[in-house]
Amino acid sequence: MKYMVLIHSNPQLWESLPKEEADRVLNNHYKLIDEMKRTGELIRVEGLGWDQTFVQLVNGVPAVTDGPYSEVKEHLAGLFQVDVESIDRAIEVAGPLSEYGWVEIRPVMEDVGDGDVTG
Amino acid sequence: MTTEPRVDDLLRELAPQVLSAVVRRYGQFDASEDAVQEALLAGATQWPNEGIPDNPRGWLIAVASRRMTDHLRADLARQRREATAAALLPPDAFNAPGPDDLAPEEDDTLTLLFLCCHPSLSPSSQLALTLRAVGGLTTAEIARAFFVPESTMAQRISRAKATIRDSGAPFSLPPASERAERLAVVLHVLYLVFNEGYTASSGDELARTDLTTEAIRLARDLHRLLPADGEATGLLALMLLIDARRPARTLADGSLVPLSEQDRSRWNRAQIDEGVALISRSLAETSALGAYQLQAAIAAVHDEASTADATDWPEIVELYGLLAAVAPNPMVSLNQAVAVAMVDGPAAGLARLDDLTSDDRIAGSHRFEAVRGHLLEMAGDAAAARRSYLAAARKTTSLPERRYLESRAARLGESAAR
Repeated sequence: MKYMVLIHSNPQLWESLPKEEADRVLNNHYKLIDEMKRTGELIRVEGLGWDQTFVQLVNGVPAVTDGPYSEVKEHLAGLFQVDVESIDRAIEVAGPLSEYGWVEIRPVMEDVGDGDVTG
Repeated sequence: MTTEPRVDDLLRELAPQVLSAVVRRYGQFDASEDAVQEALLAGATQWPNEGIPDNPRGWLIAVASRRMTDHLRADLARQRREATAAALLPPDAFNAPGPDDLAPEEDDTLTLLFLCCHPSLSPSSQLALTLRAVGGLTTAEIARAFFVPESTMAQRISRAKATIRDSGAPFSLPPASERAERLAVVLHVLYLVFNEGYTASSGDELARTDLTTEAIRLARDLHRLLPADGEATGLLALMLLIDARRPARTLADGSLVPLSEQDRSRWNRAQIDEGVALISRSLAETSALGAYQLQAAIAAVHDEASTADATDWPEIVELYGLLAAVAPNPMVSLNQAVAVAMVDGPAAGLARLDDLTSDDRIAGSHRFEAVRGHLLEMAGDAAAARRSYLAAARKTTSLPERRYLESRAARLGESAAR
């Protein structure tokens, strides 16, 4: 099963962490990436920059807006795409990444299906 | 001058024979596997231009052996540097065999299958390793078929090989006491390969269809090696009987057609005949029927009905009953509920579903809701059926299934509005 692991975190909280603590958390990420590369479960991993640009069609023209989430403290900090045996394994993998926020795990839609949906 | 598909087929057919000959000679499954992949690659690039050699198997073994010799030399040099004894190698390890000096013609494909489906590996690793080592597919081909980057698949395969090496598993058939259990894993892996290929409805369809072909070829091999094994026969029959429906299973736009609405004239008749013959003989010869045999028997009942209405549903209900006894599984109960509805009406089928709601494995799945929607629609409760179809559509991770379920719901929406 392929899952997208979305890592949400609070940038203010992250910035307030002492350097050693931030290094420790980042190291956990790197260790996990190495481990998942070795097992062949990692499809991709991306860290996202902090600049947020929200775009919406206004009268048919893309316009930059304030975005819908100005009150929200958390942002999407990074994402993993993994191919694992089960949701339990995805939780096991993603769990340690939720130290300063939370992770959201979503199944990735695939263009496959056996057509047997009515038995 | 030969055409490329012929070269590809030949290479895949020879891959397990060459690999087992090299492993027999040099040991070191992981290094041998690398060497054989290089030899296959050399064949794939040279043979289309230079023609297929007189003894293609010997040619590949010779090329792979040269690679192994290089590898062993490098290994030995390293060991010397570490002042380790070099006397561990067989005396002729550095002489690549000539084409006439081959390993005996015994077929080690079965041993290879057991090794690739070693219980220390995860199912996805067993699948990948089997396709590469036994199926002779390249890592790139396997990666394409599973929609993952080549680097991801390469890691998975090399990890699997390292696990086999570290487990110290010998290159020999498992002991008799473990044989049945290990064979069940092999059958399951081939079945998974088949499903991976069969469930493709669009996208990289060629690569996926290839997997079904590959699974059938490997199941055929297994049946040839174990002709008396009922489940190996059952698995091959099941694959043939299900794959026979492929031409009618999707429309040109990739949308799914349920079994009851398929154009049966487009089914592959020859494949059905072969599957039916295999399963009929196997059922007659076996006393304790297994899950693949029973599933093949069910598929045969469907395939032998000239129209959906002509389906022998009472027979199917009975077969599902036997299957539920041999391999109790919520998916079986779900299919059984559909068959019961076809015999005794939708209310009876829905009552069966109610018995399943306490089973967490199935009650939360999209299939449960899809079947419920189907039975509610049969019962004439359009509004409830629509709710179930939409619930199922939200839960599936398959795009074609979601489109199918949404279209069922939309159709009911229209009829309710009329």
